[in-house]
Amino acid sequence: MTDLPTRSIDLKAVLSGSSPTVAKDDHSEGMSYLQSVPRRLVTLYLPLTIIVVVLLFPFYWMALTSVKPDDQLLDLDKFNPFWTWNPTFKHFHKLLFESYYPHWLWNTMYVAICATMLSIIASVLAAYAIVRLRYKGANLVGGLIFLAYLVPPSILFIPLATVVFQYGLFDSPLALILTYPTILIPFSTWLLMGYFKTIPFELEECALIDGASRWQILTKIVLPLAIPGLISAFIFCFTLCWNEFIYALTFLQSTSNKTVPVAIVNEFVDGDIYRWGSLMAGALAGSLPLVILYAFFVEHYVSAMTGAVKE
Amino acid sequence: MADVAIPRAKPQMSEDTAWTRLKHNRNWLGFWFMVPAMAFLIFFLAYPLGLGIWLSFTDTRIGRVGHFVGTENYEWLWDDSIFWLSVFNTLLYTTVASAIKFAVGLYLALLLNENMPFKAMLRAMVLIPFIVPTVLSALAFWWIFDSQFSIISWSLKHLGLINQNINFLGDTTWARICVIFANIWRGVPFVAITLLAGLQTVSPSLYEAATLDGATRWQNFRFITYPLLTPIIAVVMTFSVLFTFTDFQLIWAMTRGGPVNATHLMATLSYQRAIIAGQLGEGAAISSAMIPFLLAAIMVSWFGLQRRKWQQGESND
Repeated sequence: MTDLPTRSIDLKAVLSGSSPTVAKDDHSEGMSYLQSVPRRLVTLYLPLTIIVVVLLFPFYWMALTSVKPDDQLLDLDKFNPFWTWNPTFKHFHKLLFESYYPHWLWNTMYVAICATMLSIIASVLAAYAIVRLRYKGANLVGGLIFLAYLVPPSILFIPLATVVFQYGLFDSPLALILTYPTILIPFSTWLLMGYFKTIPFELEECALIDGASRWQILTKIVLPLAIPGLISAFIFCFTLCWNEFIYALTFLQSTSNKTVPVAIVNEFVDGDIYRWGSLMAGALAGSLPLVILYAFFVEHYVSAMTGAVKE
Repeated sequence: MADVAIPRAKPQMSEDTAWTRLKHNRNWLGFWFMVPAMAFLIFFLAYPLGLGIWLSFTDTRIGRVGHFVGTENYEWLWDDSIFWLSVFNTLLYTTVASAIKFAVGLYLALLLNENMPFKAMLRAMVLIPFIVPTVLSALAFWWIFDSQFSIISWSLKHLGLINQNINFLGDTTWARICVIFANIWRGVPFVAITLLAGLQTVSPSLYEAATLDGATRWQNFRFITYPLLTPIIAVVMTFSVLFTFTDFQLIWAMTRGGPVNATHLMATLSYQRAIIAGQLGEGAAISSAMIPFLLAAIMVSWFGLQRRKWQQGESND
């Protein structure tokens, strides 16, 4: 992470052991000084640039399309398709004032926040019980929760549709709020178990001796110490909710109840040849909240992703 | 004496009972703590999982309670060429996409592990495709692969490589390539960032020692990086295979299974049969047919984890 000092340290300095790079604490320095600059250019920067450009191009294209005037969108010969000199916000205007888009955005946000809160509460309790109460069969339950993580929504949506229908939840946001936790709880329980394990046991023993109840220990000692883990779990769950598609597609029917991903796929795809502008504007507006959230919490996000895999 | 003994015995008694109560209640306490999570998982995961398998043995339709019909749905699927096509597509999609995701992801992880300026920002940017909802980026791909206004066709034409537009999502082979590409595009960041986390746990002194002994870069990778990374590779690839195999949204947003069912996966076919055509029983049979494959993937993960324990045990010696 630290920026480099002089990279032009020659091998003589390294071999004599006087080089500052060798003694550096940050091991990321590595042995890069063994490679010449042209070699690094070809083996490192060139492939990296290609991959990053490919990974980010669709977003550039999405953003560009959403601000291009209609005539430039479809006329690739008269205008340079890779840039536009007269951006327009017409598509966004149409999105915000002539469609249900604000509704959909609100639905998505509402469902995501409710489902995430429910899952986090349930997972905190479950993870604490598995890691610290260590009741009989706790390890088995931990294993079963991990297995539940591996059950994909694509094999559950058909029976869940009948269940949702039986409970009278069809076409209601509540159907999603109650079904999303099945995806989120296994993941966040597993993540929080890892965090709780790192909290010293002695703290809890002290509190127990001083007469604290388990509930007090959880709320006053464990949770404040596990805040980074809670943030990671929250962000990742929120992203998963926002991203979820198949349940929302199956359980919701009326236009005004839909979530952003489903609504864009179903409502914006009409025969209109000029639909691309508003379609891409919708996709961009639906991605931005997550990207902004991500920009603020990159480290938490990465630790959530890798934590769940490492455990 | 007795008067003195009683107050002395009492606190000990109550302390004893409090301790035993705590010990005895630990199971009950654990149970109460588990209730919310278990309620969700039993009502909305375990029960539907069983119900799905039951539905696959009935002729349920939307709005009509089904009757037990034995293995009729499966027999019907056995003779259904579209079902077999979807199985083939799913396997093709999973193997090709996972293999390339692994190769590119590992390569990208190795590149990102190098020391360079703006490292943190680069890593953050690489992960963006994974953050953005799949459907929304799939729509961007849909537009990029448009038959008339594709930017790829335009660029290739201006480079003089082709004469007319490629019908990306209208031609069976091209459609398969496009959805696989989009899947790889979305999956690579996940593989790369998790493998990168694994790479960072490898002590640099190992490389230094090997390099002093004259190891080449390839030998460094083959005999240090790869063995130490095997356990995390096993886990990451199991997840990757699992989620690729059961993919739905990417296909649904880009092709909806077309052209001529060339990109129908088992998940999309089961949605089409169960929800759109209303044949819940048949759709449930298709999704239940995915379970053996998923079990196989889980077994691979399990053995991967076993191996990890073994490796840790050996490295502790």
